[in-house]
Amino acid sequence: MATLLPSSFTKNFNSSIDYPITSFQTFAIFGPKLKTEQTHFRLSTSFNVRTGSPLELKAMKEPPGLTQKLDKNRLDRLAESENGCDLFEDLKHRFLRFKKHKFEENLGHFQNLAEGQAPKFMIIACADSRVCPSVILGFQPGEAFMVRNVANLVPPFESGPSETNAALEFAVNSLKVENILVIGHSRCGGIRALMSMQDEVDSSFIRSWVIVGKNARLNTKSAASHLGFDQQCRHCEKESVDHSLVNLLTYPWIEQKVAKGELSVHGGYYDFVDCTFEKWTLDYKGSNFGKNSRLPVKNRFYWC
Amino acid sequence: MGSLEEAIEGLKKFLSDKDDAAVAQIKKLITGLQERDPNEYDPVKRILEGFQHFKINKFDKHPKLYDKLAEGQWPKFLVFACSDSRVCPSHILDFQPGEAFMVRNIANMVPAFDKLKYSGVGAAIEYAVSVLEVQNILVIGHSRCGGIERLMTHPEDNSAPFDFIDEWVKIGLPAKVKVQAEFGDLPLEDQCKHCEKQSVKLSLCNLETYPYVQMGLANKKLRLMGGYYDFVHGKFELLEFEPHFHHLFST
Repeated sequence: MATLLPSSFTKNFNSSIDYPITSFQTFAIFGPKLKTEQTHFRLSTSFNVRTGSPLELKAMKEPPGLTQKLDKNRLDRLAESENGCDLFEDLKHRFLRFKKHKFEENLGHFQNLAEGQAPKFMIIACADSRVCPSVILGFQPGEAFMVRNVANLVPPFESGPSETNAALEFAVNSLKVENILVIGHSRCGGIRALMSMQDEVDSSFIRSWVIVGKNARLNTKSAASHLGFDQQCRHCEKESVDHSLVNLLTYPWIEQKVAKGELSVHGGYYDFVDCTFEKWTLDYKGSNFGKNSRLPVKNRFYWC
Repeated sequence: MGSLEEAIEGLKKFLSDKDDAAVAQIKKLITGLQERDPNEYDPVKRILEGFQHFKINKFDKHPKLYDKLAEGQWPKFLVFACSDSRVCPSHILDFQPGEAFMVRNIANMVPAFDKLKYSGVGAAIEYAVSVLEVQNILVIGHSRCGGIERLMTHPEDNSAPFDFIDEWVKIGLPAKVKVQAEFGDLPLEDQCKHCEKQSVKLSLCNLETYPYVQMGLANKKLRLMGGYYDFVHGKFELLEFEPHFHHLFST
């Protein structure tokens, strides 16, 4: 499955942890000396230091025939590396800004966090780049244990182990979070894929995953078939959140805690077209929690 | 006067002219309110305040950006990060809305291609690479990762199994084996640190098993990177993964 990496690369990786963050060094692991056929890592750092071999290669007009392909690859990478430099520099500066304005200014808090986390929330949100809960709900480091997947879906207990329920198990049984919030959002590509699925066999990964939300699609088709496709998708985005809340209660250790009042389960919907946020809480009374009954909710808020 | 005090004062006014049963009930209510901690965490209030802050300070201040984002997303990054509450890439790397399609799971793992077992991760990679056409995939590991610690300590510590967690973290077994072989004499904490980094490398290798990733790499449209956030010392490391063959000779 995985390529076993030679130990020399591990050593190079590890040695960097001794370096203070403001003085990176360049490891040019690649170079004409590397003749072996293997994958390798390049430690990307400050690009002021560019020694030796790659520049010499550039100066050679007619490289020896046997290594011609090798040189062309090197030149192509050099051309790309200018953009690559900007990318790495940008990431480096972003981290340094975080370190200066947040980490160092709240050092005591971050030192406490380093000892352990005690978040009050577990969030299940979509991987969509526009809906990070740290941004839209302002969760700070330490506040929210977060799972992000395509279309913020929660598979039921009977579907077996997955990344989402591994995270649920950790958050609920180890971290003992008090709240689970599933957040759906507008114009969700995953929900659109779910609603667009045809009956014929589609071998994509996306289909294999979003099928978790098939009951939400069924409910939508029966309740909202008179609406246009976009409106149906919107209906399904919210229906799918409710469906995920129902799936949460298929986990016995979640249902037990909800029944005891130790854990609250909430649904949310972020509309980034109008910038509104809706939130509702599952009103658990222990009875009539079948698939066909309407989800009992309380404390529904709409913020705009 | 806060709303809590107002409520208590309001109830006290009722005490003088009611029958014993009502007085007892009212006194019970007052006691309950008085015992209530004014600093008690209110989750609803927390998310309302957070959303209001975002709307006023970000959304309303950048209408052009958010109008554009409402129409679509064009992130340059697919990011895999741990679900740990302390390591959100939106904080540590300041990703803004629209910049990074972000998957978060226990121990930021990317399993090898398996449509039956790991459709969630596969769906995210397929969507990000084939549909959104991200240019970079970044896997970020971090210090003191609970998932990696579980991988390194179980089942040798004879602790009770966690059905779902254990099944998930065993994706990292090759990293554990390698770390134990090389650093098995070190204290557990150091072994875990090595494994946190080795697991990132393993995930990068596993990314290569996805056909659309292979194509992206072959067409030079995709770069793979690994990161490591050390929140104990406030450090970040970044490396690039470049899987390719060096042509040695042909006859």
